Amino acid sequence: MESLLKTAFPFIVYAIALLLAFQGVLMIVAYTVLAERKVLGWIQGRIGPNRVGPWGVLQPFADLLKFIFKEDLVPDKSTKFVYFLAPMVALTCALLPIVVYPFGPPITTVDWTFLPYGLGEGIRQLPLTIAQIDVGVLYVLGITSVGVYGIALAGWSSNSKYSLMGGLRSSAQMISYELAMGASILGVVMLGGTLDLNGIIYAQINSPFRWFIIPQIIGFVIFLIAAFAETNRVPFDLPEAETELVAGFHTEYSALKFALFFMAEYVNMFTVSVMSTVLFLGGWYVPGLSHIFEVGSIPYALVSLAAFVGKVCFFLFFYIWVRGTLPRFRFDQLMNFGWKFLLPLAIANTIVTIVVVYFLNS
Amino acid sequence: MASNVLFYLFAGFAIACALSLVYHRNPLYSAISLIGVFIALSCIYVTLAAPFIAAVQILIYAGAIMVLVVFVIMLLNLDEDRPLTRLKYLYALGAGLGLILLVQTFFIFYAVMRAPNHTVNVDQTVGKTLSIGQAMYSEYLLPVEIVGVLLLMAIIGGVILVRRLEPTQLRLVINEELDRRNEGQEKDDFRIAL
Repeated sequence: MESLLKTAFPFIVYAIALLLAFQGVLMIVAYTVLAERKVLGWIQGRIGPNRVGPWGVLQPFADLLKFIFKEDLVPDKSTKFVYFLAPMVALTCALLPIVVYPFGPPITTVDWTFLPYGLGEGIRQLPLTIAQIDVGVLYVLGITSVGVYGIALAGWSSNSKYSLMGGLRSSAQMISYELAMGASILGVVMLGGTLDLNGIIYAQINSPFRWFIIPQIIGFVIFLIAAFAETNRVPFDLPEAETELVAGFHTEYSALKFALFFMAEYVNMFTVSVMSTVLFLGGWYVPGLSHIFEVGSIPYALVSLAAFVGKVCFFLFFYIWVRGTLPRFRFDQLMNFGWKFLLPLAIANTIVTIVVVYFLNS
Repeated sequence: MASNVLFYLFAGFAIACALSLVYHRNPLYSAISLIGVFIALSCIYVTLAAPFIAAVQILIYAGAIMVLVVFVIMLLNLDEDRPLTRLKYLYALGAGLGLILLVQTFFIFYAVMRAPNHTVNVDQTVGKTLSIGQAMYSEYLLPVEIVGVLLLMAIIGGVILVRRLEPTQLRLVINEELDRRNEGQEKDDFRIAL
């Protein structure tokens, strides 16, 4: 019994961690949807949803219930297997990066030996990251690039011209802006000297700037613009331009399948917000906090976690703000901007960074 | 123990995807199966302590190359693959080549079993980003540079081959070419060829 418990203990810990992280992210995402409707309402001089619960706080759950109980229509001429696969791919690829998010600093001051059966022996720290992998940046980029399939396959399998056009536009846009996004991250990776997300945060803490946004302001702006295109948000929401394409790649999807795409879009927004926070705004780091709390203690970790979530929420708000402000690009403008302006600028930024880092290190 | 279970899980997934890749008549299903193979392989790389290679496998093969393949299949609207009626001799050739591959595989199994059972000195840092970068930009710098130039040439070649010129631009290009070739005979040949 005891040995069984000892074998199962890491799995239980990981299961709890995964549950907490996924649940936390999905709750934030659900309330991003509500916040989007509220903030858009304020920007446009309306009130926004306010019927379900006080100030409409129960609106996300009402929406979810509605999605579950809607009729699930499947187009007759669709390619069934791919049609069912596409929303799953989209949401899975959106959710997978959660495991590498650096939610906060590791908790090192707690003595875990109080756990029964000697389970706490040998545990020195509790990292607030589920999987600390060496290549976190590449992992996030790779998984999000696989997410293109969800949209491309959805557009193709629906067997509808609007869906196909939306899927094609979306994939072309995501592939084009992925390059600029990757190139804009390179500068940060070189300054940080690592591809590990926590490592990049520590590099920022140890650098004289504290935040990499200061030396990499060009990279930050490129990353932010490319992130809007990657998540198909206004002003780059051509894949679902409702005046031209009805609803783009998810025109033929209804009920819970549409909800999966919808969630995937918002989780992707969360992912790029986390990446902007970690790469450019110092992640969970709060300057001067180590003077108030002991580094590695629980309050230190909690305040850092709150700072992390706050920075991410600022970016989520920024998305909504831009959506309420800017009109949509035309497709050729989008492509010209991505390939002829953003990508060369990102490469130039990379080259300048290479030269500066080389001379600083030598 | 756990890594063995994981290996059989991912290897089984890879083989299943590979079989479905070969057996499906619909080219799009084959392409999706190939993506499955790449993802399973990259999971195996992770269990072999090579996270960088795993990430690059996903990023480049699953994320970039297969997207192009899927695009082409989607846009060309290919029919389902039918059994070949002509070129029947290719079946025999394929069977022969497959047999050679099978024999080779069994020979590798045999050689591994016969090899003296010394413990391999597992260097945990080999698959890490740092060691790969250091190897690429010191010991293997020249091959990396050559491959980089080759790839750049391929990209530029591809762009030039598919570029459609406007009629006025095309005329300019042709006139330049004609001026360059001042000899009469060659000029006529060039015109006829056009």
